[in-house]
Amino acid sequence: MTALHDETTEGKVYTVNGQDWDELVKQISESSDRHLVVNMGPQHPSTHGVLRLVLTLDGETVVEARPVIGYLHTGIEKNMEYRTWTQGVTFVTRMDYLSPIFNETAYCLAVEKLLGITDRIPERAQVLRVLMMELNRISSHMVAIATFGMELGATSVMIYGFREREMVLDLFEYITGLRMNMAYVRPGGVSMDLPAGAVDKIGEFLKIMPKRVKDMRKVLDENPVYLRRTRDIAYLDLTGCMALGVTGPMLRAAGLPWDLRKAQPYCGYETYDFEVPTETGCDVYSRYLVRMAEVEESLKIIQQALDRLTGPELKGKPVMIEDKKIGWPSKLALGPDGLGNSPDHIAHIMGTSMEALIHHFKLVTEGFRVPAGQAYAAVESPRGELGAHVVSDGGTRPYRVHFRDPSFTNLQAIPATVEGGMVADVISAIASIDPVMGGVDR
Amino acid sequence: MSEEQNKPQENLPAVNPIELPIARKGMFGVKGTGDTSGYGGLVVRRPPKLSSPRPYGGPDRTGEPGEFDVIADELERALGDGFHDAVERVVVDRGELTFHVKRERLVEVMRHLRDDPALRFELSLGVSGVHYPHETGAELHAVYHLCSITHNRRLRIEVSCPDADPHIPSTVSVYPTHDWHERETYDFFGIIFDGHPALTRIEMPDDWEGHPQRKDYPLGGIPVEYRGASTPAPDQRRSYS
Repeated sequence: MTALHDETTEGKVYTVNGQDWDELVKQISESSDRHLVVNMGPQHPSTHGVLRLVLTLDGETVVEARPVIGYLHTGIEKNMEYRTWTQGVTFVTRMDYLSPIFNETAYCLAVEKLLGITDRIPERAQVLRVLMMELNRISSHMVAIATFGMELGATSVMIYGFREREMVLDLFEYITGLRMNMAYVRPGGVSMDLPAGAVDKIGEFLKIMPKRVKDMRKVLDENPVYLRRTRDIAYLDLTGCMALGVTGPMLRAAGLPWDLRKAQPYCGYETYDFEVPTETGCDVYSRYLVRMAEVEESLKIIQQALDRLTGPELKGKPVMIEDKKIGWPSKLALGPDGLGNSPDHIAHIMGTSMEALIHHFKLVTEGFRVPAGQAYAAVESPRGELGAHVVSDGGTRPYRVHFRDPSFTNLQAIPATVEGGMVADVISAIASIDPVMGGVDR
Repeated sequence: MSEEQNKPQENLPAVNPIELPIARKGMFGVKGTGDTSGYGGLVVRRPPKLSSPRPYGGPDRTGEPGEFDVIADELERALGDGFHDAVERVVVDRGELTFHVKRERLVEVMRHLRDDPALRFELSLGVSGVHYPHETGAELHAVYHLCSITHNRRLRIEVSCPDADPHIPSTVSVYPTHDWHERETYDFFGIIFDGHPALTRIEMPDDWEGHPQRKDYPLGGIPVEYRGASTPAPDQRRSYS
């Protein structure tokens, strides 16, 4: 490469710096070049984060689209190799930042598989995981639809979507103490039980949300402008999805009811009553419909999970594995200065039991050992199959953790969906993939 | 080393730990004196290379023929006599089936796995790399997770290559989804996938030196520069122990 970063080896370069657009258009129309290469992103309001697209345009038609990623690479997978298994949760929750609970659950399921304790996870913890995952699915889909609306120019949809998401984030804050990146799911269970009043709050949410979803559908489902921008746009049929490894709502919008919650259930999903919505349009509109229907199904699952949590069978049951060698030793409690070890536990280890103190110290600083081997666990995240490939060498830290993030794989479908279409449709094509760059680059 | 550490521990496989070579001693790599952490005596032993005998069982059971035997039988039928040449080891561990495949035969095996109606692993979940510096001659591993939607089964394919000759044939022709995944594995581990349409870095900058996920690549690795000041890489910093 002899060219400097701002030089090209062929063709004329136009630098756009907010000058008179008429002049630029005149210059371009006078040039004899057939194609125009436009750099879209990485800082572009409609590319869902730091995604860069190099578009070759012939007039308004996209001839070639090349996605460029890596702008949000944070080395989470490498960092995890230097922390304990439990601390890994705090890292993975930051990968796909719109669906933290799914990252945590996939990772914890893999670690539990390695430990061989999958059957010993308390029932209440599993129900809580399901509850949190489905709440998270709603918030994630709401952002997907909100940003989608914004990118097409429908700012009211954006406002509605983020308002709805805020309700879920408020619930998360109430339950875990944090709106995002909560590190709530831990190997062996979840970090803490629902606080007092959480059930009522979720109940309120379940009362309000169906109407809000209905309102949103009223705005969008039959909206002629919306239909024009989404129907038959970014077509990707089942063959394309399979070849490109596309999963999630994109695959279900191509007509295949493939949902890991049904096909290979985890966390007891086989015991819940819900449907897997599918569409056959293979386009942006179908993906929107699938997402909306999934939100409605999630509400059904949340109601069922809530009924179980308040039912006599699971009320007051533990949320962390009984095994003292794995389960976090203390119960977390909310104090005036935030969340931390419960006062009872502090009194126990500092005042009465030397052995408990040693145990606490060993488990918190050194962590538990995981038998050597490798495991792969997958969950159905809002974007598709989220898989965690976890390798242990028998130590107290992961030997290797790799996340198969659905956004990463689904982004590969950009050239297949936008080439040959209009440049304006690139926006809705990307939005319908719903990539989260934190998950793509990790 | 104390008696305590020779005993088989809970959650660890029932093998005599004495026979296993020591992989690592101490936790934080502290040498000499000054280690007050109490982890100096931590010993991590390396697991033996397993090879599971028949019957392989299934995801939920072992000891009796199951789903995994069906997969192995069908692959054996599809590959004919070449099966024992192509598949070096079969490992059934924690309800998961792994075929360790010779790299020369990888594309052929993958094609059979995808196309054979009895196997039909139509969905690939990408490539993950693992670096085992101690496995002389097979330091770099590429791990492929396959899923059959038709039969609702999962399978793992593992391929290894020596560090001195880090080449594995590309499987993009079989699974187009491997395009980015192989680029990522190349970027992080330096495995060169022969036949990939455009094997370039994907996450790291194009002019990056080294492959960050390898075990010999330190965490951090480069000096941190901020407002003209430069802080050495974490492994180069002053040590107080």
